[in-house]
Amino acid sequence: MLDQNTFDLRKYIQGNGQSMGVWIALVVMIVFGALRYDNFAGAYNISSFLNYNSMFIAIALGMCFVIMTGGIDLSVGSVVAFTSVCVAYLSPYGIQVALPGGILAGMAIGALNAFFVIAMRIPPFIATLATMLGAKGGALVISGRQTISVDWTSNFTKFGMNNVGGILPWSIIVVAILAVALWIVLEKTSIGRTVEAIGGGEDATKMMGLPVNRAKAFVYILSGGCAGLAGVILASGFGAGQPLEGVGWELSAIASVVVGGTLLTGGLGSVPATVAGALLLGLVFNILNFENGRGVISFSAYWQMVIRGLFLFVVILLQSRVSRVGAKQGA
Amino acid sequence: MQPLLRMQGINKSFAGVAALTSAELEIAPGEVHAVIGQNGAGKSTLIKILTGVYRKDSGDITFEDAPWNALSPREAQDNGIATIYQELSLVPLRSVTENVIMGYEPRTKLGLIDWKAAHRRTREILSDFGIDIDVTQPLGSFSTAIQQLTAIARAVSLNSRLVIMDEPTSSLDDREVETLFGVVRGLKAKGVSVIYISHFLDELFHICDRATIMRDGQTVAVREIAESTKLGLIADMLGRDPEEISAAGMTDLGGGTHERGELLLEATNLHTDRNLRDVSVSIHKGEIVGLGGLLGSGRTEAARAIFAMDKLRGGAVATHANPAGFKDPAEAIRSGIGFLTEDRKAEGIVPEMSVRENMTLALMPRLVRNGAIDRAKEEEIVKKFVEALGIKLASIEQPIRELSGGNQQKVLLARWLALEPDLLILDEPTRGVDVGAKFEIQSIIQEYVEKGVGVLLISSEFEELVEGADRIIVLQDGKSVSELHNPGITEESLIGAIAQSHDASPDGTQDGAAA
Repeated sequence: MLDQNTFDLRKYIQGNGQSMGVWIALVVMIVFGALRYDNFAGAYNISSFLNYNSMFIAIALGMCFVIMTGGIDLSVGSVVAFTSVCVAYLSPYGIQVALPGGILAGMAIGALNAFFVIAMRIPPFIATLATMLGAKGGALVISGRQTISVDWTSNFTKFGMNNVGGILPWSIIVVAILAVALWIVLEKTSIGRTVEAIGGGEDATKMMGLPVNRAKAFVYILSGGCAGLAGVILASGFGAGQPLEGVGWELSAIASVVVGGTLLTGGLGSVPATVAGALLLGLVFNILNFENGRGVISFSAYWQMVIRGLFLFVVILLQSRVSRVGAKQGA
Repeated sequence: MQPLLRMQGINKSFAGVAALTSAELEIAPGEVHAVIGQNGAGKSTLIKILTGVYRKDSGDITFEDAPWNALSPREAQDNGIATIYQELSLVPLRSVTENVIMGYEPRTKLGLIDWKAAHRRTREILSDFGIDIDVTQPLGSFSTAIQQLTAIARAVSLNSRLVIMDEPTSSLDDREVETLFGVVRGLKAKGVSVIYISHFLDELFHICDRATIMRDGQTVAVREIAESTKLGLIADMLGRDPEEISAAGMTDLGGGTHERGELLLEATNLHTDRNLRDVSVSIHKGEIVGLGGLLGSGRTEAARAIFAMDKLRGGAVATHANPAGFKDPAEAIRSGIGFLTEDRKAEGIVPEMSVRENMTLALMPRLVRNGAIDRAKEEEIVKKFVEALGIKLASIEQPIRELSGGNQQKVLLARWLALEPDLLILDEPTRGVDVGAKFEIQSIIQEYVEKGVGVLLISSEFEELVEGADRIIVLQDGKSVSELHNPGITEESLIGAIAQSHDASPDGTQDGAAA
């Protein structure tokens, strides 16, 4: 039945069904929010939503690449906290120093992950768990367990607080450029395709003479750099380096990646769908906040987490249904 | 006699495409019945309908004179039809016992699992198969062959009246195949019927009573094996004239007819940590050099060593351009060597990737222009090979996992041919593909050899090796022990050479063969 030489649209949709769910859910949520709440589509909400979630998009993008190789990076939440403290100290020199400095700090931890995973052959879960604890400890040590206030006289806080045209925060512009760049890397370059091939079979990839170690180093350093960028946004947007932030962010990132249809076993992934996944998870919080604001029912922060968990579950369930139907028909 | 199983007028279509059209199958009690046909002929679909994996669209099934309508493989098993799948469906990290009795554990009075009884029962079951192992060890610590026999033991232990074996010998060596045949004969003697699905036609003549031949979703013939010839069965499967096939030969490789050119690669006294002790091979332009030997004799290991996939402990690989050998596979590829690996699933395809991406993975470094992959050139190359090799697919963007085994293999072959190699290492190039695809793959190889490509061929099929190779290097226990030249090689002389070297081996054991 697969021997036909014609293009079957239905089969194509089933094959790409993995990430269909997240786009549909995203559109539904936005329409729902815009119709139900007065200020949902207002400039202030859009701007602050994008600003806050730019951090989650950034770490989800790095995580997506790591997961595509069949690995995982648990250290990203701690790296965000660590770099936010680092850049708080760098803030007097302005964003032009703090931004690259924060990204480099994150990349350094990513390089450490890469060293553990590639040279020492430690499973990614364990290696990044160790750097997660290490980076967390590092953040607490250099900050003395205090939030470190940034220098408000330099241009540092403008990055995390100012908008272009009153609606687009600088942070989301940088993250959007990053996303487009990574999309191109994944779809158009040989390193991107090597990343996907590794997740599909590391031995096979080696046998084809592809640079497996280089690609793996790339994804861990990338993920560290993305977390570093998120750390800069955090410190700049809240005016302080926050050693206690970032707890559980790695799980949000993993959730965004999975909701975006990337296989946890690696080998298949999508940059746009990961961005959509991160936006979707953020939207759930945003909408719950608006619902609370209406004053009819009130969800505490704890209940919000429960609801977000349930929502995640439903989306993933729907997607696995879609892809299972696709797989069965294709078998 | 009343048949044990009768399937009549079975129809099934997937997404509007007919997979089975009024297919039929009849199995007598105590019969070993082969179901054969090319990939895509509908064998698997028919079997999966029987075992409840798929629902039939229409048709009748009766089993032991009662209507049969299994809704799940478990239900099928509970009612007397057990299946051993091509892919091992066992849990390697758990003990042998757990794998054999899973779901049917003996219980103590307290309702806990009675491990003593479980281990005893497992040992009994396995000893029927001539396997004597520590059943408390994890299954994964034993060879694939033992694992396969364990899967069979599990199915047989469930008091089945019909056992379905899907390519049961694909990972077994000759001795283990004999053990399996013994088991099949034992089942037959007990009155249990067996449906036997295999690409190795020779096997059918050893153990099968009848064969149902399928083509394009239909049952085209039912033959008594005793009255059939291999050629006749192939003709039925392909829907071609036996004479026409006979004239073309059983393989499309012409061993002994090639024009041998200059020396391409010389490997001497190779020694690695992977059971390779002393192998020397040389390959010239335009010749096919075969590696003969039993499973575990070091054939794949020798190829891996040449390709720099394994580190050399001793010996040397030299080519004209790289007199000191290669430091990694990437360098071997750059100097014009391709390696079609034996294990298509683990080392060949990247299942989620498209056909296009799979085909160009090794070629990628050459497709990059200004840092990005030249998509237009890539598609041009892929389309060229899809056409030249007759790869059947819906679109080049289709995930490769959806293709049949033969078509996957052609994509992998194209992956290396696209590099315009001087030397191709082919490890079991036609294993697990159907007869039609096999001829096609062989004639593609032949075409490239005629153009001057050198080939190192590893094949467990003696026929392919005997007819295809210009020279055969016989390996045993990780050493090259003799060399045969075509024309003049026969299956007997090859078997003789392998057996002889066995007798002559210093330790005189066959342990190496099963490793």
